[in-house]
Amino acid sequence: MSETETPTLAAPEPRHGLRMLVIWFVLALAACLVIWFVWKPHLPPGDMSTSAQHQQFDIAVLAVTGAPVVIAVLLYFIYSLVVWRARPGDDSDGPPIYGNTKVQATWIIGTSAIVLWLAVFGTVELIGPAGAGAGEGPQPIWTLAGKQSATWTPGTNTMLQVQVIGQQWQWTYRYPQFGGMESTVLYLPFDTPVTFHVTSLDVIHSFWAYKLGVKADANPGVDNVAYTTAKAMGGFEVRCNELCGIWHGAMTTSGQIVSQTAFQSWASGVQSQEQASGILAALPPYALVYDPTVIPQLGKEIVNVDGITGAAGYYYGPGNPVTP
Amino acid sequence: MAIETQPERAEPTGRGPEPAGAAARPWWMRPGAHTGVIGAVIGYFLGHWLGNFLGGDYARSSLSDTNDVAIVLGYAFAVVGWLAGLGVFNDLGRLMIGRPMPEEPRLLGQEEPGLGKYFRYTLDHKVVGIQYLYGMIAYFLTGGLFAMAIRSELLSPSYHLIGPEQYLMVVGEHGTMMMMMMSSVILGPFGQYFGPLLIGSKRVAFPRLEALGFWLTPAAYVILLSAVLMGGFPTGWTGYEPLATQATQGMDAYFFAFGLMGISMILAGFNMIVTIINYRAPGMRWSRLPMFVWSMFTVSFLQVLAVPVLVGACYMGLTDRTFQTAFFTNQLGGSSYLYEDLFWFFGHPEVYILALPGFGVISEVVSVFCRKPLFGYKIAAAGMLGVGILSFFVWQHHLFDSGINPDMRPLFMLTTELISIPTGFIFLVGMGTFWKAKIRFSIPMLFALAFYFNFLIGGISGVFLSDVPADTTEHGSFFVMAHFHYTIMGGLIFAFFSGIYYWLPKMTGYKLNETWGKIHFWTMFIFFNSTFLPLFALGLAGMPRRVFEYARNLETLNDWVSISAFLLGGSILIFLINFVMSMLFWREREVGNPWRSRSLEWQLSTPPPPENFKRVPVILSGPYDYGVKGALPVAELNPPPGVIAAAYQPASTAEVSR
Amino acid sequence: MSVPARAAALFVAFLIVVGLGVFTALYYIGSASTQLTTVHYAASGGQVDVVLQEDPQNDSATRPDWVSYYTQDPTSKQWVHTTQFSVPANTKVNVTIYGYDGCTPLRNNYFSQVQGTMGGTVTVSQFDQHGKEYVTNDTTSVINSWSNCNVGHTFAIPALGIFVPVASPNAQLSANNLCGSSPCTTSGNPYALETFSFMSPSQTGSYRWQCLIPCGGGFLDGNGGPMQTLGWMTGFMYVVAS
Repeated sequence: MSETETPTLAAPEPRHGLRMLVIWFVLALAACLVIWFVWKPHLPPGDMSTSAQHQQFDIAVLAVTGAPVVIAVLLYFIYSLVVWRARPGDDSDGPPIYGNTKVQATWIIGTSAIVLWLAVFGTVELIGPAGAGAGEGPQPIWTLAGKQSATWTPGTNTMLQVQVIGQQWQWTYRYPQFGGMESTVLYLPFDTPVTFHVTSLDVIHSFWAYKLGVKADANPGVDNVAYTTAKAMGGFEVRCNELCGIWHGAMTTSGQIVSQTAFQSWASGVQSQEQASGILAALPPYALVYDPTVIPQLGKEIVNVDGITGAAGYYYGPGNPVTP
Repeated sequence: MAIETQPERAEPTGRGPEPAGAAARPWWMRPGAHTGVIGAVIGYFLGHWLGNFLGGDYARSSLSDTNDVAIVLGYAFAVVGWLAGLGVFNDLGRLMIGRPMPEEPRLLGQEEPGLGKYFRYTLDHKVVGIQYLYGMIAYFLTGGLFAMAIRSELLSPSYHLIGPEQYLMVVGEHGTMMMMMMSSVILGPFGQYFGPLLIGSKRVAFPRLEALGFWLTPAAYVILLSAVLMGGFPTGWTGYEPLATQATQGMDAYFFAFGLMGISMILAGFNMIVTIINYRAPGMRWSRLPMFVWSMFTVSFLQVLAVPVLVGACYMGLTDRTFQTAFFTNQLGGSSYLYEDLFWFFGHPEVYILALPGFGVISEVVSVFCRKPLFGYKIAAAGMLGVGILSFFVWQHHLFDSGINPDMRPLFMLTTELISIPTGFIFLVGMGTFWKAKIRFSIPMLFALAFYFNFLIGGISGVFLSDVPADTTEHGSFFVMAHFHYTIMGGLIFAFFSGIYYWLPKMTGYKLNETWGKIHFWTMFIFFNSTFLPLFALGLAGMPRRVFEYARNLETLNDWVSISAFLLGGSILIFLINFVMSMLFWREREVGNPWRSRSLEWQLSTPPPPENFKRVPVILSGPYDYGVKGALPVAELNPPPGVIAAAYQPASTAEVSR
Repeated sequence: MSVPARAAALFVAFLIVVGLGVFTALYYIGSASTQLTTVHYAASGGQVDVVLQEDPQNDSATRPDWVSYYTQDPTSKQWVHTTQFSVPANTKVNVTIYGYDGCTPLRNNYFSQVQGTMGGTVTVSQFDQHGKEYVTNDTTSVINSWSNCNVGHTFAIPALGIFVPVASPNAQLSANNLCGSSPCTTSGNPYALETFSFMSPSQTGSYRWQCLIPCGGGFLDGNGGPMQTLGWMTGFMYVVAS
């Protein structure tokens, strides 16, 4: 940013670089302060869970890193358009500046530093909050601390296991620690580490609990694990985030974070109700993935199911009607 | 030989000798688009019949009342019939039966007045460029109309203008039309037209392949649109399996059209690589190559290396749907992840195939209208190549939440963030060129400035997406939509318009009206930003992509976006009116070099002569030497005879000039 | 070409393109839901009776093998090949479904449990092709699709939390004699008759309904084709102001 030509006229060339630097510094500082102190508490996705809180922090840091860059580039362009536009009637060429090693080196070093800083920061933010609410696949590396137990009781910091089953076009949730009972509403206890096991029965869906900051794709035959801990009580929505057919846009369910005791009474209530009605026994045994073309209850009556054609009476023995 | 060692011998003798009696035949008896259509129709019915014969009795066909084999074979035979009707195979046929080939086939029909040559399998790269121009504008407008339909539906979260399947069909058609057909929006019109001109060559290396690459695009366009007749395809432009295997017949159109367009891209890229390496004029060193040619060169490599993966994925998708292979079906041993990886291994270089030519055009325009050399030529070239190479290493960032191996995610976060460094070089070069320049606000320059603004926003939002924790909220939401519309529409399409206003006088001899152009620019820039800037907020507020219902509190913002989108469509209409009126009615002639550009293509007549250069020029200096006192002109267009032979010592006297 | 000739050619080309566009828009893209008829049910005595049937085949020319729902018009008692109907808001809706199609297991057997209806139950009767009623008015909260051949399809309005398994005629008793024409009638065909009730919501609007049993023969996972096409196995319930 230093002068590259000696002034031949009476008036010295103003120090453009210095001017731009000063204006940039003021604007960038103001922007960063506004982002950090005014905007950050309202940034999405909110602070309802640990993953959401960390993502909010992450987005704020990204904004604070990105804003000075945006301001610098925009300011430079506006400045140059104002100062260096061709005056009417001036048809001459500009000075033949082919390059400037110092400027180029500074730029490369500067952008590399910013990029590497962001990469390191992103990795730290990914590892810290146990995968940042994103689906980690069947073998997660970054997990939440919490007691593993076959049953869940309030106040013991036991990890709650929730299986999220996606199918066209409805989400259901199974709680293995409550006998494998299933529900269409997602209730979660407050301040408890939760493990989501997301899977699908047919095509690819994606479990997105926006306020919880959790997003994990539901793939058929794959158990995708995501973690979070709810830090505030209230309602949230679950939407499908991967195009899965005609009703993809309508595939929403509601969810609720309730107190730990309220959760336990809800869950055991549903469990005993499903036991009484007999549906609990009719469900397949809890597993991390399901193959819906294999139905153990039908035993030897089941015809070898052709996954491609699916359906239409092929599941039963030859004595049963086949849809014409 | 690419280098004309005996330029006298190389001078063509005017019009090439036509096959005997060909000049006498009327236009409707010579092969052209009309015979191509006839061939396509015959081919379709033949293929459809064959498909019914082969696959009509599959249990699958009788259960579902759909026969995908018939549709796919129908398309395949239709494309072969289309090409045969156009006359693509005529030269091959002549070779095979031993008849003499026409000499200088590129120059056939060059002197013929009228529009006939644009509707035939003409081998001149300039004609192919003009064909691409009209084709790309048509495809862009069609995709834009689908976008208007999308925004109409999204005006209300609960009242549905069009049914849910129709909405998905429209979303898929819009996305595929844009991402598939528009991959050549700059490479086609400007790359094919100006590539050889910029390197000082009389021809491209493989004119037949180049023309074939163009003629595959209308076929792909029609096939893609035919999906509408079959109820459309429900997967959006990404075509994710296993939903794609489950879908009804429109899906075949998608896979087939995409594969066909892929073949077109591979041929175009291959041709361009060989041309740029081998057909540069003497003196056109790599360090004197215009930046647009560098971008074309990089993109051609991307096309040749990445697009075959797509063709493979489409082919496997088709066999899964027709012959019940199980590449992508989990229960039968395949994997839905396989398709995602294949698609995005292509998909990420694809977006750079879209973006890089835009960088190239902007670099040209900026240098001319700042009247300064391009700042940091080597950095710019390194930026192009760096983006191209790195683009192969980042594709998993589309799959961060899908359950891939978790330790891959920091790695791909790093590579994705790294790719912003070479992308930043383009900004460094632009900004450096503005330093102490003499900036003229012509319409191409206005679009270039808008490009920088839009791509800045698009690029920074890309950094937000590359960060995995932030991506957990942003993936698959309208934030991603805003990001890629800013980079691709705000970047590529604005660069395309910059190129059109800059180069149309050279291509056609008419210039576009200035007043309409300024109105077009300002309306497009303002409404583009007012349409896509709120989408960032919508995405961060939790609205997923491709949905026809959304949370009620987002309705106002969606309405704002929809109205802006309609106005944006209006601004494109203004361009269309300007284009049509300027070319058909106002016809303000523009010959010579209105922008006073040093670039080689502007030193020729308007339009350039059929063989581009009467004699192969000798390049004397780079195209960006503005402001240099006593700079040499960029090329010597009439080198004295024998000068090239003197400069280059042939290895043996047996070297024949061509 | 002279200027008037060019202008004329341009105008004609413009009209053709616009005409094609409008035709495509209206005919192919324009709402499937407005091309399909909507059957309007009016309340009488504070209640409204919705009558549906599901058939193993349908009477369309292009897709005769697709399974399909039919809706009965309340005034003419004719079966209309549509899946769109409207009910008034805040009314008790009594649904009657004739199940003519054979049995298929659910992909997720949780939906064998009745949810969201009044009392949490459905009432089922099953008839064979001779008209003999072998199950009479069985009120139950679970019809297990994974044991015995008893469930053909489901009827679900997810936004209202209504999930109902729709009974099928018993397989062994019918021995392959499912209804072969459509719309089906009760004479000569085995069928199941199911009734349940729910309250329509007070918020007007369109509520999607779908079947959850993959009965799309020939499509992967059985969820393609009729399952994803309005007018066959999925549709809209419009709640209008009463």
